Amino acid sequence: MSGTPSDIKLIYENGIRIDGRKADEMRPLKIEAGVLKRADGSAYLEWGKNKIIAAVYGPRECHPRHMQNPAKAIVQCKYNMMSFSVSDRKRPGPDRRSIEISKIISEALEYVVFTENFPRTSIDVYIEVLQANAGTRVAGLTAASVALADAGIPMKDLVPAVAVGKADGQIVLDLNKEEDNYGSADLPIAMIPRTGEVLLMQMDGHMTMEEVDKALGYAKKACQEIYEVQKDALRRRYAMSGGDAGEDDSSDEEA
Amino acid sequence: MPGDLLDGDKLRPGAGTYVEDGKIYAAILGIKTIKSNYVNIIPMGGRYIPCVGDSVIGKVEDIGPSNWLIDINAPHPAPLHVNEVPWRVEFGDTARYMNVGDVILAKILMVDETMRFQVTMKDQGLRKLQDGQIVEISPSKVPRVIGKSGSMIQMIKGYTNCRIFVGQNGRIWLDGEVDNIMHAIKAIQMIEEDAHSFGLTERVKEYLEGVTQQTSPGSE
Repeated sequence: MSGTPSDIKLIYENGIRIDGRKADEMRPLKIEAGVLKRADGSAYLEWGKNKIIAAVYGPRECHPRHMQNPAKAIVQCKYNMMSFSVSDRKRPGPDRRSIEISKIISEALEYVVFTENFPRTSIDVYIEVLQANAGTRVAGLTAASVALADAGIPMKDLVPAVAVGKADGQIVLDLNKEEDNYGSADLPIAMIPRTGEVLLMQMDGHMTMEEVDKALGYAKKACQEIYEVQKDALRRRYAMSGGDAGEDDSSDEEA
Repeated sequence: MPGDLLDGDKLRPGAGTYVEDGKIYAAILGIKTIKSNYVNIIPMGGRYIPCVGDSVIGKVEDIGPSNWLIDINAPHPAPLHVNEVPWRVEFGDTARYMNVGDVILAKILMVDETMRFQVTMKDQGLRKLQDGQIVEISPSKVPRVIGKSGSMIQMIKGYTNCRIFVGQNGRIWLDGEVDNIMHAIKAIQMIEEDAHSFGLTERVKEYLEGVTQQTSPGSE
């Protein structure tokens, strides 16, 4: 992925990118929570041309038995790309890349979930990429955290994630496919907006110290935006069927 | 919303919350309530987590020489020891009393901090359930099905003439005439879908009134 030299122009002279965005502009993001009936929690996400569905099951009994932890739950994540999600058919099944992404996402989520509440169980997260257009790991993580909240699992916070990269020598937010393929660096970041804790960071390519700082600045701002979209998705989940989102007072009747 | 700050310095953290730097935050998606100085979050969903004293409906999953394993919709199956059943059972004779697939009404006997739990059948009204049907709903909606001090469930029972038992684990057992059971199930599904909206009781009442009026002239 890291920068095959080409003569494609990724950023025009006026600072506008090939898909018409500014350097610090995200692709349009849309999330819907609770889309699957059989899952405990689920979310569907569209981020530019990315289309991802995430499902959460659990906490449930952990299999295989030897993996369960007597003190806390484990978060098991499975990231999978559909064979039709990219322009060349992807050979189905797990590969090096998807195993890596599964691992980093489950580690990021394990940090926010209160795993000690559910000893000897596993919380299973499934992320299916229906259509990919760069930045699927951050999109997957964003969707997965909404699905976790939808499943009623106690967690510190939602996890927004975004990729920042370098294309044509400029730092740009939320790379698209072309910028990812022909740009020179890619830096996916997940952070908790409230505390600024970074849960996931990977880098592919080269950036100078100053560029990384600038990228982190972009990411922080973008995460805040994503966070709002995530919260809005969860709010809408319950606002649909009667009542409005402002019903979170003590107006409910309890048994 | 997970991560949301729940204000109130004088309040203490309750269920569904966590504390960081002396401030209380929400840990789960739900509705904030304040009860006697505690901030609680009433969950919107989630699996059943057993609590001591909960009445639950369980399915026998496995049999041992001195115990049964009961599936109570929690993350793990719960053991039911022979000392905790209302019959006197000889060692190795467990299968004569209850077999795999039987459904029972049980109570959570204990839960420890590692979330190991046990169920008992030694209490009033706890028994093996025969006949009837089971429907499953999300455990977080159980309080709504029961209603304020049992109002909702009494109403359904009254209109449909069914025997109903609601387990805290989200399983509901119904017994009665087939048509009536179907109406009761419909009503329960209505409650589950619109659990968090206003005027639910009225709508359910309307529905039940409608169907009972329809069927009663027909059956005469």
